[in-house]
Amino acid sequence: MDSSSEPMAIRVRDLVVGFGDQVVLDHLSLDVRRGEIMGLVGASGGGKSVLLRTIIGLLPKRAGSIEVLGIGLDRTSPHNAPTIGRRWGVLFQQGALFSSLTARQNVQFPMRENLHLSDKLLDELATAKLEMVGLTDEDGDKFPAELSGGMTKRVGLARALALDPEIVFLDEPTSGLDPIAAGAFDTLIKTLQRTLGLTVFMVTHDLQSLHMVCDRTAALADGKIVAVGPIGALLASDHPWVKSYFQGERGRALTHPLN
Amino acid sequence: MNLEPALNSTISAERLEFAAVGSWTIAHSEALERLVDAGALQVANTRSMAIDMAGVQELDTLGAWLLERLIRRGRERGQDADFTRLPEHYRSLLDEVRAVNRQPRILRARRNRFISALDNLGRTTVGFKRDILAFVEMFGDLSVTLARILVHPLRFRFISAVHHLNRVGWQAMPIVLLITFLIGCIIAQQGFFHFRKFGADAYVVDMVGILVLRELGVLIVAIMVAGRSGSAYTAELGSMKMREEIDALRTMGFDPVEVLIVPRVLALVVALPILTFFGSLAALYGGGLVAWLYGGMSPEIYIARLREAISVTHFQVGMIKAPFMALVIGVVACSEGLRVKGSAESLGLRTTTSVVKSIFLVIVLDGVFAIFFASIGM
Ligand SMILES: Nc1ncnc2c1ncn2[C@@H]1O[C@H](COP(=O)(O)OP(=O)(O)O)[C@@H](O)[C@H]1O
Ligand SMILES: [Mg+2]
Repeated sequence: MDSSSEPMAIRVRDLVVGFGDQVVLDHLSLDVRRGEIMGLVGASGGGKSVLLRTIIGLLPKRAGSIEVLGIGLDRTSPHNAPTIGRRWGVLFQQGALFSSLTARQNVQFPMRENLHLSDKLLDELATAKLEMVGLTDEDGDKFPAELSGGMTKRVGLARALALDPEIVFLDEPTSGLDPIAAGAFDTLIKTLQRTLGLTVFMVTHDLQSLHMVCDRTAALADGKIVAVGPIGALLASDHPWVKSYFQGERGRALTHPLN
Repeated sequence: MNLEPALNSTISAERLEFAAVGSWTIAHSEALERLVDAGALQVANTRSMAIDMAGVQELDTLGAWLLERLIRRGRERGQDADFTRLPEHYRSLLDEVRAVNRQPRILRARRNRFISALDNLGRTTVGFKRDILAFVEMFGDLSVTLARILVHPLRFRFISAVHHLNRVGWQAMPIVLLITFLIGCIIAQQGFFHFRKFGADAYVVDMVGILVLRELGVLIVAIMVAGRSGSAYTAELGSMKMREEIDALRTMGFDPVEVLIVPRVLALVVALPILTFFGSLAALYGGGLVAWLYGGMSPEIYIARLREAISVTHFQVGMIKAPFMALVIGVVACSEGLRVKGSAESLGLRTTTSVVKSIFLVIVLDGVFAIFFASIGM
């Protein structure tokens, strides 16, 4: 496909990232279109989090180029970092909530810093976001240390969505959630994508999520993207790693539920 | 596609019609809040109201919530209120926000200032008791564990203790030597400056010797160790507590006191006398240097005077105090570390408390020792 005709949310070209002697990402290229939900699968320790953190500029790259929303991140000086920060939201694998703020204050933090709204509206919006991700108003007054793992994820998501961003990066959002909550989470992401035209880049091992919400899925193996496409195409892929990922016991249970 | 939003209203025969147009997104958040607040004031005595959505170019959760709030305002007034000409793709977002903020928030009432001052006082008092208990408890835990280690010496973590000894002893040496050297210089300089008026130059050596060996050497070193190593202990143990590492140890059947605290406290107890010894030497050396360069007293005379002025007793008084001070610093640092709760703020608070409290206790202990030595005639 011709990439110039279609607006890309994320363009990664020939990306190399490593730590010391270890090369984690080796000339990796990936495109995420605007308004799509892209799932990323890969082995544990395969570099999924590293890819995500490099795209959002937290890790230095050795080579290659990254563009997010048409802005080359090489040229982003600290000066325009806040502007791009308003346009994306990030959910970290460990939640990364501010431990000295309550859940509600965590969600309000980006709004308070960027918008000039009344306290009443800020409170309503924070509660709205918390309830949309499946928490209650009372949960909002708890501190991160008092939240369960799944609740931490949800508060993290509510905070990532606080500024109605154009792109959200989610690192294993449904791990640690019960299946019902994970399903509700998927529905929410889908709703937001449909109405807001949200672009979602999510690392996930949840095969159900890949089926239900992801428009396309990319498979990361040996530091490269070895297959990209709708989930059906990945299931048919004959790359050995992709095959064993989806055709293993657990993968098969979903693709052939009756066998 | 970034159009200034607007909310136009028309009233016709008992019906209030709003027409929302433009971008109802967070980019226009302030304007939107104003529009909806103004719109809410118009919701008055009509029978029904509606919001025409056909002109809305963009909608996000902020815009959707504000519109939903306007609708709710109408419904509160007992009106028929709904959206009209709603584009299909906005429907699911509006359904999402319809479900939120259903429970009125209970706002905690502001408390009377006098009452809250009393409340604070009460909490501080109770907290003081808890502080003492935590200290005593840690002290007891440590004694029991030490007794157990004496019975089963193999349980002692020798490598860990040596590692900490290196950190709090050897690595602290340069800064301790530098500071005590400077203190020695300053005391001697002040002594010469003031004693010279009475022609009592010779007694400066007595002052430097006795002050450094009995009091200042150990006190300065203890205060530095409390600030340098005590704070590190508290921060380390505190962040291990925050990340549940200590719970993990416990579930594996290890005793955190035995694994983490005994080696640390013992390392301090060994390191502090050594640091005191070398620190005192550095201070005496600094004093001698100033005596020579500033006071015009030759090194031979300085050493001879020093030999007359001080005795082993002065040296013993200082050195006996050192391990006790180390124990106090170690116990305070570790017990504060284990009291860290989940937040980064509590880690900071506990580290500060640890340093302040151990310096305070070191000085109190010094006073107690002064009374003790005076009464046994040392
Ligand atoms: N900050 C870091 N320093 C050194 N190595 C790292 C760092 N972060 C990740 N790695 C290494 O990079 C590899 C990929 O890690 P990661 O992206 O976290 O895996 P996953 O795909 O499970 O998210 C791992 O081998 C990990 O050890
Ligand atoms: Mg990861």
